[in-house]
Amino acid sequence: MSGSERVLNAGSQAGAPFPRSAPRPTATLDIEAVRRDFPVLQQSVNGHPLVYLDNAATTQKPKAVLAALEHYYTRDNANIHRGVHELSQRATAAYEQAREKARSFVNARSTKEILFVRGTTEAINLVAHSFGAARVSAGDEILLTRMEHHSNIVPWQMLCERQGAKLQVVPVNERGELVVEELERLLSPRTRIVSLVHLSNALGTINPVKEIIALAHRRGVPVLLDGAQAAARIPIDVQDLDCDFYAFSGHKLYGPTGIGVLYGKSELLEAMPPFLGGGDMIASVSFEKTLYNKLPNKFEAGTPHVAGAIGLGAAIDYVRGIGIEAIAAHEEELLRHATERVSRVPGIRIIGTAREKAGILSFVMEGVHPHDLGTILDQQGIAIRAGHHCTQPLMEQFGVPATARASFGMYNTLAEVDALVDGLGRVREVFA
Amino acid sequence: MGDLRDLYQEVILDHSRKPRNFRCLEEADHRVDGFNPLCGDKVTLFVRLENGELKDISFQGSGCAISTASASMMTEKLKGKSTQEAMRLFDEFHDLVTGKAGQGADLGKLAVFSGVCEFPIRVKCATLAWHALKAALIGAEHSVSTE
Repeated sequence: MSGSERVLNAGSQAGAPFPRSAPRPTATLDIEAVRRDFPVLQQSVNGHPLVYLDNAATTQKPKAVLAALEHYYTRDNANIHRGVHELSQRATAAYEQAREKARSFVNARSTKEILFVRGTTEAINLVAHSFGAARVSAGDEILLTRMEHHSNIVPWQMLCERQGAKLQVVPVNERGELVVEELERLLSPRTRIVSLVHLSNALGTINPVKEIIALAHRRGVPVLLDGAQAAARIPIDVQDLDCDFYAFSGHKLYGPTGIGVLYGKSELLEAMPPFLGGGDMIASVSFEKTLYNKLPNKFEAGTPHVAGAIGLGAAIDYVRGIGIEAIAAHEEELLRHATERVSRVPGIRIIGTAREKAGILSFVMEGVHPHDLGTILDQQGIAIRAGHHCTQPLMEQFGVPATARASFGMYNTLAEVDALVDGLGRVREVFA
Repeated sequence: MGDLRDLYQEVILDHSRKPRNFRCLEEADHRVDGFNPLCGDKVTLFVRLENGELKDISFQGSGCAISTASASMMTEKLKGKSTQEAMRLFDEFHDLVTGKAGQGADLGKLAVFSGVCEFPIRVKCATLAWHALKAALIGAEHSVSTE
């Protein structure tokens, strides 16, 4: 894909659902330069230039991240925290520097509040186990929403089974927005935690999380935000949001797989028991009594994914170098263009039409299963996701077994959106 | 990767649009739910056996063109066959879509699924109903999953 930007005029048409706002945001992002930073994009798939529109599943990695991983493994590889030798000191310094980058990225008060985990899933499991063991008992309630990813449902279900607690679920309206009044009503004296997604992976909905956090805090209930999709698309300030926990994954933020971050307020983390036991999370061990290490080490048992953390640090540097606001503005332009053009393809129904959306377009085509649609697009080098996106309760509400989902990244172009639309035309031909 | 027209042959599209034997079989003595957790495809297979023969067979569910057409054409093919024959055809069909073996000489129209082997991710779609069939015939009438 050339990446050349064509002039966008669709927004000026009468009745366009998303009126254009000036100035044109893509001007702030040098798309050609960005694309050159991502080696994986320079390839053909099935005889066509790769159009990668599956960024909500995972993003591609810029050279800076690949170089950081290579540098670590070729120069500094060692175990961290207890080595007296030079390499161990370098590895430790680089690992802790990555923690500082993550702290700064979400504007946490202290690096004590930044825990490295495998990803968003592990982060939520950590809170469900550790916070759950300390604070949730029989008859208590966990408040989730209908638009949660399975990773923000199942750990809480498992907690409920262990503790005899129960789930409450905030409904979603036909546009794919949370019904905030219902959330308020469902907050009860038994609610121990609210856990919800910041930006829906299946619908692209941006939830009014600041308002929800304030509502919950008025009743003394802490809030966890699943930021898996938001971290690469929305500037995060955990102090401004006042969220109690924030979870995100490195690999959806242009970093490596197998590394993610759980932010937690230190007073909560201090009061929580460890999640996993092992080396590095202890101060001293005897068979009679083990003293746990201080934060954040208390929650990082065993040798962590050192290279992954360093790679994530490089990804954060890269993203901040481009500017998360510039990325957000660019993706907004892509989403607006895609929404306008895709919704005009015959037989298309957009799933998720929230007023606040980012980066993700879910849709179904009448008479064509998303799986078939995905295969036909793949034949044209276009990578999208087809499936239930690990949100089966949500799919059920919209009366579809699955959707096709195009999700954008900083390197996608308007021309690639046009390629998607052409591809959908081809799908119609095959199924005509 | 193969050509799209090898995968989406006209007969497959026809069966996906107008699936045959697509109904609940009240008098079925075997009923198996098949599920593909990856894409959410669901099929419920109904079989009525009489003296070792598939007297009647039908299905319901929702899925992609490949899984729907495969289920539809399977029911057409197997009606009136013996259970042994059905099991043999299962193996032939499986070999066909995984590109393992011969021409599937006895499969007749079902040979149009040979294109599936060029699309490995779609093999599970093509075999979902067949796995439900196998479960029904060996008497394992719990749900089957492609995973």
